[in-house]
Amino acid sequence: MVLEATVRAATRSGRLACSAAKGCAVWRIRVHGRGGQGVVTTAELLSIAAFRDGHEVQAFPSFGSERMGAPVTAYCRISDAPIRTREPVTTTDVLLISDSTLLRQDDIFPGLTADGYVLVNSSRPWGALGLEDRLGGHRADRLRTVPATLIARNATGRPVPNAPMIGAFAALTGAVSLLAVEAALRERFAAEVAERNVRAARTAYEFLRGEIPAHA
Amino acid sequence: MRRQLEGSRAIAETVACCRPGVIPAYPITPQTHIVEALGTMVRKGQLAPCRFLTVESEFAAMSAAIGASLTGSRAYTATSSQGLLYMTEAVFNAAGLGAPIVMTVANRAIGAPINIWNDQSDSMALRDSGWIQLHAPDNQAAADLHVLAFRLAEELSVPVMVCVDGFVLTHAFEPIDVPEQEIVDAVLPPYRPRQVLDPDDPVTIGAMVGPEAFTEVRYLADRRLRSAPPAFERIAAEFAEAVGAPQRRARCVQDYRATGADTVVVALGSVTGTLRDVVDSIDGVGVLTITMYRPFPAEEIRAVLVGARRIVVLERALAPGASGIVTSDVRSALAGLDVPVQTVIAGLGGRPIGAASLRELLARPGLEDVTFLDLREDVIDRELGRETVREPIAERDGEAAVESAGERAGA
Amino acid sequence: MPAQSVKFYQVGSRAVGNRLLDAELRTEQSSAERRNSITSGHRACQGCGEALGARYVLDTAERVTGGRLVTVNATGCLEVFSTPYPESAWQVPWLHSLFANTASVASGVAAALEAQGRTDVRVLAQGGDGGTVDIGFACLSGMFERGDDVLFVCYDNEAYMNTGVQRSGATPAYARTATTEAVGPIPGSRPGQGKDLPRIAMAHEIPYVATATVAELRDLEAKVERAMSMRGPRYLHVLVPCPLGWGSAPAETVHLARLAQRSGLFPVFEAEHGEVTSVLPIRDRIPVEEYLRPQRRYAHLFADPPRTDLIERIQQIADRNVARYHLDPHEIPHEEGA
Repeated sequence: MVLEATVRAATRSGRLACSAAKGCAVWRIRVHGRGGQGVVTTAELLSIAAFRDGHEVQAFPSFGSERMGAPVTAYCRISDAPIRTREPVTTTDVLLISDSTLLRQDDIFPGLTADGYVLVNSSRPWGALGLEDRLGGHRADRLRTVPATLIARNATGRPVPNAPMIGAFAALTGAVSLLAVEAALRERFAAEVAERNVRAARTAYEFLRGEIPAHA
Repeated sequence: MRRQLEGSRAIAETVACCRPGVIPAYPITPQTHIVEALGTMVRKGQLAPCRFLTVESEFAAMSAAIGASLTGSRAYTATSSQGLLYMTEAVFNAAGLGAPIVMTVANRAIGAPINIWNDQSDSMALRDSGWIQLHAPDNQAAADLHVLAFRLAEELSVPVMVCVDGFVLTHAFEPIDVPEQEIVDAVLPPYRPRQVLDPDDPVTIGAMVGPEAFTEVRYLADRRLRSAPPAFERIAAEFAEAVGAPQRRARCVQDYRATGADTVVVALGSVTGTLRDVVDSIDGVGVLTITMYRPFPAEEIRAVLVGARRIVVLERALAPGASGIVTSDVRSALAGLDVPVQTVIAGLGGRPIGAASLRELLARPGLEDVTFLDLREDVIDRELGRETVREPIAERDGEAAVESAGERAGA
Repeated sequence: MPAQSVKFYQVGSRAVGNRLLDAELRTEQSSAERRNSITSGHRACQGCGEALGARYVLDTAERVTGGRLVTVNATGCLEVFSTPYPESAWQVPWLHSLFANTASVASGVAAALEAQGRTDVRVLAQGGDGGTVDIGFACLSGMFERGDDVLFVCYDNEAYMNTGVQRSGATPAYARTATTEAVGPIPGSRPGQGKDLPRIAMAHEIPYVATATVAELRDLEAKVERAMSMRGPRYLHVLVPCPLGWGSAPAETVHLARLAQRSGLFPVFEAEHGEVTSVLPIRDRIPVEEYLRPQRRYAHLFADPPRTDLIERIQQIADRNVARYHLDPHEIPHEEGA
């Protein structure tokens, strides 16, 4: 609790990172994945982390009766003002794609803003994904891959990529702090599971920051 | 303290603070997270001596709640959609017996066609069951309303339904302040039933009533239900004072830039938030949110709408063959006023209600009496076109029918 | 209101209990101090077996619980004739909610008492055969499988009498009802298993299941006492003849109940945790014809020409019961494992 209180105190007054980074008042995030990959939990954890950073946050799933393996979408909005709208995120600042087999689906990229971020869970570099035809004109520094499943399996023993995806999101966008991500994982999971996920999130964070080499 | 919580979790924690005695529960999407959380709390002994019953149907859930309530325990359950309809007989019965049960309805469409997503057809179908109906505009209200619901139910000895848009609110994570135990305890005294099964004072509850007194029984029940609005306002004010948050004071109807507006959009539930965002950028348009839908607060609504030049009622349910359900209530509240009341049917079966569509709709010069928001005209036209070329089945006979069946089978 | 004092006259049968016996051997019904749970002045028909059964059951339950009893009642004759507003025949706490939900309401009552720590107060739910085997079946099964602490009593008069004698899942083969008229090649209720609720209750392996009739007062009282000595879900199925529905003389109610038992058509037994533990043997067995003939609901079997084939089918049902429950006291016991 002491640690958590410190985190809150240190970040409570912080303005939303996107204000400086991209001049918007709200981060609009979509998470795409498949049933069983913790897509809804990704959005939930993201919302807890951003809340711990002192922001107003809303997260919700696309409300399907999806089974294991079926495409699932979840949404997250981060803002400095109370969020009132309830509509799904269409215009999107960040796409988190937990399963690269979804990249060929028609409904993934529409709505992505011109300078939006895309983070794909893949062991391959971005150039190998074959997305030039769809995102050719995009800012290259905002399109990244992270081997989230691999990192998760190494750190937690389970191929659930949500913690690394959030760690990588923090590194890529700066919309939430790594400290808040770690606190969110500790809030959501029991002690030992939480620590393993914290390790996974940190590894992905460092990977995105280039502090560890690709394909490590 | 505000925490980032799922709506269902906040509702469960708030209900827990209300110290329920018996919770019978039956699973149905999207209500399940609420009773799952409560069941776990009971298992862990956090709600002792509360009993959690895993019953075999919603009908049994409401029935067990009736039994518990009339034995002097605070009873709570939650349901949705088909589940609400499945317990319908017991829902009416609970009201007739004056059992102050509180039930969350996570609003969901009714099949067929089966659909698990949000609209308000379920609670609308039971609007005249004799329950007080409260509709939550957001998740903070969804949590708070449960405290008010128990207090109101027990003061009036009338059951209360707290309607929360399924998925849109129940599955959304947002910052919510679950009222603290001491605050709930201050607002909600221990349950003191008006009538109770007790060997020390044997009474007969649920006797048969014939034509000589049935009208009077109903009259008195109606009268008691109609006393709910002022009681709700008083309790809500007391609660807001206790939590020290005037902005959380619930009202039967919430006026957002509506008084004096040219156009007022009337709505229930979670679409309120999107609507407020929308009207912020349109001059002369306000929003009136109905929180207490039954009893219908006609006077309060008329007071806000009396100056408007146009009323648009946004309905998240459809009365087939009659269009708008809330529209009829609003029209009767405005009897004698010459103001058009237009119906917009929106958000059926989980169709998102988007700000862009609402903005376009409100800007439309000649809005029809009934409009279906974002209706896919291409689908309608195609299907209607198909129907006109189809032979009526009644005219088919003999070989023609066999041939036609064969064609279908081969198609 | 204090219990009304009760007057007796000797009826020459075992129905009211023999007051010549030692006090401790007398039935509850022979006691002037009995609770009289459902008091006189109610509006049941003359010779109503259900009114009789309910009084026997509740007076005994009241005694053995020391008056710490609450009751839940299904919609049906018992509810209608006992509570014409603003009057009530009930001397016990009594709750009526709906037709189908009696067992669930009782589960809620039991849960509330447990939550309040008032486990000294016991719960008894009661209904007719329609409210038990048909429309209330799901709720009852749920109450059983959850292990809720309720005694559920079914007063079985073998049809929907309250609505004018329509067939229920407990209506026996070939009995005439308003929805199974005595016409056509197979007159009356279609033959088949029907719903044997005592056996279905046993399949839930609940602590106690018993059957009884209003003819064997001592047996019925003993079973209520046994049931109330246990916790958890218990089920008591009482055969209660209905003069209106059966087309029998009001004075014949008790007699007919005894004939049902003596013919083997209504086996009287007890079971604990799914196993039969005792039966009421038939010492003076009668052919089913003796039981059927006095009832107008079977009159078509005895027309000209009589349907001896159908009577024989009914006899086979009785024979099967006798064999299944070992009701014949002269039966040579089967050697286990021999």
